[in-house]
Parts: sequence; C-alpha cells; structure tokens
Amino acid sequence: MTERTVLEMTGIRKTFPGVVALDGVDFRMFPGEVHALMGENGAGKSTLIKVLTGVYGIDGGEVRLAGEPVHFAGPLQAQQAGVSTVYQEVNLCTNLSVAENIFIGREPRRLGRVRWGEMRRRAAALLAGLDLDLDVAAPLSSYSLAIQQMVAIARAVDISAKVLILDEPTSSLDASEVERLFEVIRRLKSDGVAILFVSHFLDQVYEIADRMTVLRNGRLIGEYRTAELPQMQLVTKMIGKELTVLDRLDDEARTATAPGEPVIAAHGLGRKGAVQPFDLTIRAGEIVGLAGLLGSGRTEVARLLYGADRADSGHLEVGGEPVTLRAPRTAMRHGIAFSSENRRTEGVIGDLSVRENIVLALQAARGWSRPIPRRRQDELVAKYVKALDIRPADPETPVRNLSGGNQQKVLLARWLITEPKLLIVDEPTRGIDVGAKAEIQKLLVELAGGGMAVLFVSAELEEVLRLSNKIEVLRDRRLVEEIENTAGVDADRIMQTIASGATA
Amino acid sequence: MTALTRHRLFWPAAVLVVLLVSNVFFAPRFFSITVHDGHLYGSLIDVLRSSTPLVLVALGMTVVIATGGIDLSVGSVMAIAGAVACLMIGDLPNQDSVGGVLLAVAAAIGLAVVLGLWNGVLVSVIGIQPIIATLILMVAGRGIAQLLTSGQIINVSSPPFRVIGAGYFLGLPVSVLIVAVVVAIAALLTRRSALGVLVEAVGASPTASRLAGIRARGLTIMAYVFTAVCAAVAGLIFSSNVASADSNAAGNLIELDAILAVVIGGTALTGGRFSLAGSVLGAVLISALDITTYTIGIPAETTLLFKAVVVVVLCLSQSAAFRAVVLRRRTAGASA
Repeated sequence: MTERTVLEMTGIRKTFPGVVALDGVDFRMFPGEVHALMGENGAGKSTLIKVLTGVYGIDGGEVRLAGEPVHFAGPLQAQQAGVSTVYQEVNLCTNLSVAENIFIGREPRRLGRVRWGEMRRRAAALLAGLDLDLDVAAPLSSYSLAIQQMVAIARAVDISAKVLILDEPTSSLDASEVERLFEVIRRLKSDGVAILFVSHFLDQVYEIADRMTVLRNGRLIGEYRTAELPQMQLVTKMIGKELTVLDRLDDEARTATAPGEPVIAAHGLGRKGAVQPFDLTIRAGEIVGLAGLLGSGRTEVARLLYGADRADSGHLEVGGEPVTLRAPRTAMRHGIAFSSENRRTEGVIGDLSVRENIVLALQAARGWSRPIPRRRQDELVAKYVKALDIRPADPETPVRNLSGGNQQKVLLARWLITEPKLLIVDEPTRGIDVGAKAEIQKLLVELAGGGMAVLFVSAELEEVLRLSNKIEVLRDRRLVEEIENTAGVDADRIMQTIASGATA
Repeated sequence: MTALTRHRLFWPAAVLVVLLVSNVFFAPRFFSITVHDGHLYGSLIDVLRSSTPLVLVALGMTVVIATGGIDLSVGSVMAIAGAVACLMIGDLPNQDSVGGVLLAVAAAIGLAVVLGLWNGVLVSVIGIQPIIATLILMVAGRGIAQLLTSGQIINVSSPPFRVIGAGYFLGLPVSVLIVAVVVAIAALLTRRSALGVLVEAVGASPTASRLAGIRARGLTIMAYVFTAVCAAVAGLIFSSNVASADSNAAGNLIELDAILAVVIGGTALTGGRFSLAGSVLGAVLISALDITTYTIGIPAETTLLFKAVVVVVLCLSQSAAFRAVVLRRRTAGASA
C-alpha cells in the first residue's frame, strides 16, 4: 500500500490500576476513509479514543500524525493538531445561536469587538459546504438533535480537518436523520477527512465504513476491509471465544437438577418504548439466560420482572399467584432480587461500608425501626465475605475502595442474605477480572443447584451458554426465541438468531 | 500524630481551640468558671448557652442534608414557634401556670410537626427541589409569624416559660441541658436504629436505594419533620431567653449559619454520610466565633468580614487539595 496514513498508532498499551485496558494495539487511518472501531463493551474502544485525543496518557507505543510522532497532553492540543471528537452527547450550548456555537472561543474579532456579521457569514458558508441550510442566528435548541450533531461536526471540521472522531453519533437519531448524517460524512470523506466511526449498529457500520478495526479485551483482533468481512464473521470476532477456565462448569450447569415449580411467569408483559410484550417462565433451580445485542431489551426485561419499571401490559404470576409489581419493594416481598448492570450508580453505595451495603436490602425490608442487631450483622457479613471471598475482608472498608469484582460480590451478598426465590443478575461479570468472573459464575450455578431460580443477563454469549439451562434471545426489544440449552446448541446457533435481526 | 490530624474533625476542633485561646489575650478570665448561687458562670458557659439555638437547627439540618436535601425554612419555623408560644402564654389568665406554659410549648412543637410535614411532602411526594420547596416556607413562614403577632413584639412575663432559655438546673443552663437531651435522642435514633444508615443510603444514591427496596419517601418526610421540631425548640429557647416573640429577629439568617455548621462538621452538601457530632462542633465553633469578635473588640461594622475570613481559613484547612499545595513536601504522602 503506497497511500500515506494520516494517523498511525502502534503498539499502544494503557493500564489502569489492576487492569490492562489496551495491550499492543495498532490502529491506522487513511485520508478520505471512514474507519469503524468495533468491539464489545469494555473491549477498549473508548480507551483507544481517549488515548488518541490525549485524555489519557499512554504507557507504551507510539502515535504518529502525518508521519510525525506526536504526544498530546489533552484534547485541546489534539484538536489544534487536527484531531477532533464529537461525542454521543452533543457538547454544545443549546441556548446560544448556531453561529455562536460554531465560533465559541474563537470569534472573529476586530479591536476586541466580536464581528457578528462576519461570524454569521462564515458560519452559513461552512454549513452550506455540508449541504445544510440553517438560520445561523437561531438558537441551537430550535433544531433537532441530528442537526445539533451536524453543527458540532461542522465546528469540529472547521477547527481542524484531518481526523474526525464520531463516538456513537447515531445512537439517538432516527433512520432519516442517520441518512442525513451519512450524507455529511460522505461529503467530508470526499474532502479528504479521515473519519473514525464508532457505533453499536452493525448495519450502519456496513453502510458507511470502508475499513474496520476489531478490538477484544483490550487486544487487537485485526483490521479488515468492510467489503471483505461478512457480518457473521465480524460478530464472531467481536465476541470471540472465552478462556477455558470454566469448562468444568459446563456439565454442572446442564446436568443441574430437573427444574421445579415455576417461580415466576410473565404473560404478555411489556412496556412501551422499553420492550415488546413477552412470555417467560422461570422455574426453581433453573438458570435462564438472556442473550442479545446491546439495546436489544435485555435489561428492560430484567427491570420489568423486578418492578424497577412498571409494566403497562400483560400480567405476572409469582409462585402461581397473580402479582402487580408497583415498586422494587413489592418484588422483594415476593422473594425477587435484582442486581443492576450499573454496579456503581444503581448497585452498591460507595460511601457506605461493606457491612452496611450487605445488610442494606434486608434492613430495608425490615424497616428502620427494627435494626438488625449488630452481632447478627457481623455474623452475616463475615459469612458472606468468607463464602464469596470478598477482598479486602475488612467489613468497615467503604465499598468505593473495592475493585469492580468485589463490589459485584458485595451486591450479590446483599441479595443472598434476603434468601430470594428468584435472583435476577444483570451483567454481573462485566468489567471484572477473569478470576472473580469464574467465582461469580460458579456461585450462580451453586445457587441454582440449591433450588434458586436465576435470571442471568449478559452480553457475552459464551457465558450465557455456559451457565444457562434455557436461553431467551432478544432482538430489537423483542423476545424472539427460546432455546433449550442442549448439547447441540452453540454460539453460532444463537448468533444466527441475533444476526438475522441485525440484517432485518 | 498523623492519625490525629487525619481525623475528620481535627481541623474544626483545632480552630475552635485557637479561637477560645485567642480570647484569653483580651479577656484573661475567659477560661475561669465561677459558681454563683449554685449556678455555673463564665465565658465558656456563655459560649455554650448562646450556641444552643444554632446547635439544634444544625442538628436537624444535618439529617435533611444527609437525605440530599436542604431546609431553608428553619428560621421561619423558629419565629412561628416563638410567636405561637408567646401568644398562648400571653392569653393565659395566670402566666405562672406551668400547665399553661407546657400546653403552649406542645402547641408550638405540634405546629412545627405540621410545617415539617408540609416541607417533606413538597419534597418527596410532589417532587419539588428541596431548596425551592423550603424557600416557600422560609418566605411565607415569616409572614405567618408576623401575622400571628400582628407585626408587634409580644412580651411575656412568665417565670415557667423563662426557665427554658434562661433557667438553671443542677448548676447548668436549662437550654444547654435541653440541647444535650435532643442531641442524645438524635444520636440514639440514628445510630441505634437503622435510620442513620438508611438515610445515608437515600442521600448517597437515590436510585440504588430504591432498587434495594428502601422507602425513601417516609424517611425524607421524617427528616424534614425532625428538622422543623428542632427549629421549633430552638425558637422556644430564643423566645424564652428574651421573654418575647420577635417575628423579625427570631432565627433571622440562621439557616445559613446552620448549613455552614453542617459543612464544617464534615457532612457533604451532596448528601450521604453525615456526622451529628461534627455539626454540633461546627455550631459551637460559629457561636464561639461570634463571641470572640466581641471579646477582642472587633468594631461592629467589621465583624461580618472577620467572620468571613475565619470561615475561609477553616474551609481551606479542611480541603485536602489546599493542604497539599501549602505543604508541598507532603504532597506525595497526601495523594497516596
């Protein structure tokens, strides 16, 4: 290849305390190309972008811009050197006019006075170059989110036009708005701008990207031309194969005791804008896995079953009795526990100690006037700290100081001491190290063996396959298929169901 | 030694000691406590006595702030409590009647419960931001107090009522004893029941608390009721001490001193972890500061400025970032 790269990153390494976020990642961009950065959550996409734009320093490797080694101390420096980013949430002031937003901080001036006329003229010309005809004097808030995003892009391009990073630009746009955005992207492409495109929507990636780089667990899987990599193969590369540490769990999970009575049964349960009505039965001693891409409605199903969101259709039976879940408290009373995917914001309470976090749900159920005696608290906490191997073992440490895996264990302990009949765990192993991951998986299998019903939500197919007796596949906020996890079922089988949705 | 300086309350305590000691240079007998007629007298006792309304208000404010809220109406509640009590006592055929005074006190506290419910419901049921919800009662409440007293200062001459703010029991000022009892009750309630930890959970993370099954609504309402009751008792002490109800002066701007006391005591305004002891210390510190400005003879027109300077120094001393800059050689240790 004789073409000159505009950006070349080689052997990038970035570590955070206890975690290797990026390990020997190479990444390059050519002028006039759209390059998609692909990978699951936690694969290192956003870390790579932050390293590139100088938000994070690098621990190893080199960044070259137009052949010159560069080292950015911050996003501003990166921008001055020609690398601009437009984030998912538009970082503009909606109360200011379009022109002001484009030129904020670098207004054309004469003798310290802002030249408003000149500013409006230049803004209009810039937007016209992107085929946008806007009233540049109108406040930005009078335009749709899609237009606001394009204004952000216009601003970024005007400041520096070598490399433009678009991080999930389409996540809140509808189909026609996406098309409009793509027109702008194509135009920039023809002007020779290199565009880094990040999106969870595979269709969009295939429509707009010329080239893609796949990351997994902080490692480079490869760089491919979009035309040469079928969608199915891409999904395989993104999800990859799990480490083999958990093989022994396979048999345990699948030969688990015969499922007992239904613990919970949903009939046509649904919520507008969250998930289409679905039927689902979970029996005692059974692990039911929810599989699907990000945004397919996995979490929404879990939240409806816990009453964290209220269903607006269908009904629910718990232990054979019809039940309306108005709030999490109601669900708790019926023996349902829910561990959220947002461990830090919806799970543990960072300021409180390990002990306080563990007894919180039980205490909430008892009410404030019946405190759990301190001795009983200490017993319970000691038991679970030991059983789940929570570290550090000091129960008075604030939970904020624990690693992600240990926080997850604290959260599980909080629910286990309430002795639930149904445990709903949403992404319990996300972002935690392999050892803790294996321990949590093992725990779930043991709990199911002891007769608990478990609803297991995870973005990792391998994990779902490993643990579940039954797999519910979600696509586009609809439960599309229920698969008994028998010997013949593998990731391909599930991916087909998921991917056929992605191309629909 | 470092363990001591790292303690949350080390810096406010140190500032308090410095303030008290600095008084000695201007009033050599500042630390002496004498016994007159079986009562303890002295500047230190005065500091405690004058701090009582603020300690009470700060105590309530701490709990509300811990839930992630704030209560600006405490000063108005003080004024209303004083007004109601003095009106009822003024109407008594015999102001010496202990029963009549008790009834007036009960009425004032009962009304405070209603006012607290009002605040709590606005915040937790209707969902108005705490600062706005309590602003309503802050403004309207003072109006109510003025309406009750017809804009006049109502004087009472009731010996039993006078006991609350100016009396002595076992050699100690009754007001100080009342505060001690309220502090003890609050400490027992929050730390011996599960109230403290549940309030902290709600304040630190409302979403996580909801998912853990905590009923935040009831807790929040209770916090506002507790604050209003504390403010009412503070209002009674204030009113009893001056033997009158002054709807303009009672609790004027006390909400700001109370918030300051809470912050000095190490409770974050964002909610979550709270320290009752810290707030008590903060309130005493602010009162000591007021008294110090008088003892060292700071001209009346500059007292506010002096107070501001001390508060700035205090806040800076509590800031880890600032200490790291000042004591640069210790930066490595501080960030570790």
